[in-house]
Amino acid sequence: MIKNHDIFETINMIREECLDIRTITMGISLFDCQSDDEKRLCTKIYDKIMYHARNLVQTGADIEKEYGIPIINKRVSVTPVALMCGGVSRDGALNIAHTLDRAAGELGINFIGGYSALVQKGFTNGSRTLISAIPEALATTSRLCSSVNVASTKAGINMDAVAQMGEVICETAGLTRENSAIGCAKLVVFANVPEDNPFMAGAFHGIGEPETVINVGVSGPGVVASAIRRAGSCNLTEIAETIKRTAFKITRVGQLVAKLASERLNVPFGIVDLSLAPTPAVGDSVAYILESIGLEKCGCPGTTAALAMLNDAVKKGGVMASSHVGGLSGAFIPVSEDAGMIDAARCGALSLEKLEAMTAVCSVGLDMIAIPEDTPAAVISGIIADEIAIGVVNTKTTAVRLIPAGKAGDMICFGGLLGEAPVIPVSGYSPEVMIRRGGRIPAPLQSLKN
Amino acid sequence: MKAVISVTGCDAVGIIAKISAVCAECSVNIVDISQTVLQKYFSMIMLVEIDSINVPFADFVDRMSDLGKANQLEIHTMHEDIFNAMHRI
Repeated sequence: MIKNHDIFETINMIREECLDIRTITMGISLFDCQSDDEKRLCTKIYDKIMYHARNLVQTGADIEKEYGIPIINKRVSVTPVALMCGGVSRDGALNIAHTLDRAAGELGINFIGGYSALVQKGFTNGSRTLISAIPEALATTSRLCSSVNVASTKAGINMDAVAQMGEVICETAGLTRENSAIGCAKLVVFANVPEDNPFMAGAFHGIGEPETVINVGVSGPGVVASAIRRAGSCNLTEIAETIKRTAFKITRVGQLVAKLASERLNVPFGIVDLSLAPTPAVGDSVAYILESIGLEKCGCPGTTAALAMLNDAVKKGGVMASSHVGGLSGAFIPVSEDAGMIDAARCGALSLEKLEAMTAVCSVGLDMIAIPEDTPAAVISGIIADEIAIGVVNTKTTAVRLIPAGKAGDMICFGGLLGEAPVIPVSGYSPEVMIRRGGRIPAPLQSLKN
Repeated sequence: MKAVISVTGCDAVGIIAKISAVCAECSVNIVDISQTVLQKYFSMIMLVEIDSINVPFADFVDRMSDLGKANQLEIHTMHEDIFNAMHRI
């Protein structure tokens, strides 16, 4: 018999501390949709997604009801579309974007990921076509998410791609200016991108993945923050133990949901992503975890050390709770999606430079950060290059999701889970000459492991 | 298969009777009940067997939730596996 205390602890985590499953993401391979005819290609893509994901939303809702655990998002990720664009025109690439968006709308999912290209070592014709279509694709769809991997530890950094992505972000912001530059919230630039990430906007179905797969992303910053507060005045070793125990429990729920969804949909289980994913809701913040450890404000000296401990303890606790761990797995620090980060950025405690340092020890990167809309493309490329270099040298995933909108100090509202963000000032000095050089920064020595 | 029904709220006459009546209607067998009353605050955990349930389990969850709302109680009905997953290795 389960103890009453355990039952009330679980219920309290869900009702009071915002424990939820952030996403069940179904990955679908599009390789067998290839066609010489662009129209037929779109029809095959649409039909395949609709067939495999037809029960995804209902299955998620059923599990939510029966097990009492909220499942916030049901999503689909597909094969990087650039791989389908080899013989496709720019208009054809846009038609694929609209096809994916239409399928997502009809399935009732909020995002579909995979409008992506992998260009860490160079461009194919397909990736050039896709990247040129990204701004218009994001401006004319509502559920489509896009990502571009510009570097890896093995390949180095494709600086031509970094330069181009600065332009693409500016153009996407311009085309969606009237809507808080929302297109940029659905566009991520990666280094070492994982191929089984269930979280948007960076999800896609990697080339080594099976035909279809179920990946689950867990959440629960509120649960961790409450556990630390209850731990009282103990030392940091004990705080790390508390985080590990809590992460274990959170991940076990993720594993259960992943197993159930996989069985009911008859789709293989891929991975559980052990992530602390915040939402703008009060009490669901990674920044509040750091503050509950003892920081006056997230971003003050000590923040990077606290985040490093948090990220490590989440992995240690979670890894034993799941049979397969993957994706991004770690603490997320998206500024606009985290009430504590918003507060810290607004009062000046959290700067772009401090965020960059924090990304060296946590799972993602410069995420959902609003910067002034007049930031030149070369400066955005410089910010991307810095962040990507951290990922390449440390053999980890890093990413950049910047939103050029408004002026420094303005609040930019994206709505829903994307939240709102104060516009953070950016250095006025330019890396333009370096960015214009282009080429490829060679892979670091860490890549030579054989 | 088993489910856990948790009930919290102000104590009143007939809480267990009302919950038991819905269980009986739905052919849900009560296996164990643990109940405490602290001052006027009532809390109960009921373990039930749902193998012979005669309605979809999701409907049973809704009926319990509606019963709670009608009686100013918090009633949550959850499959026991979520507790096993979280608290047992």
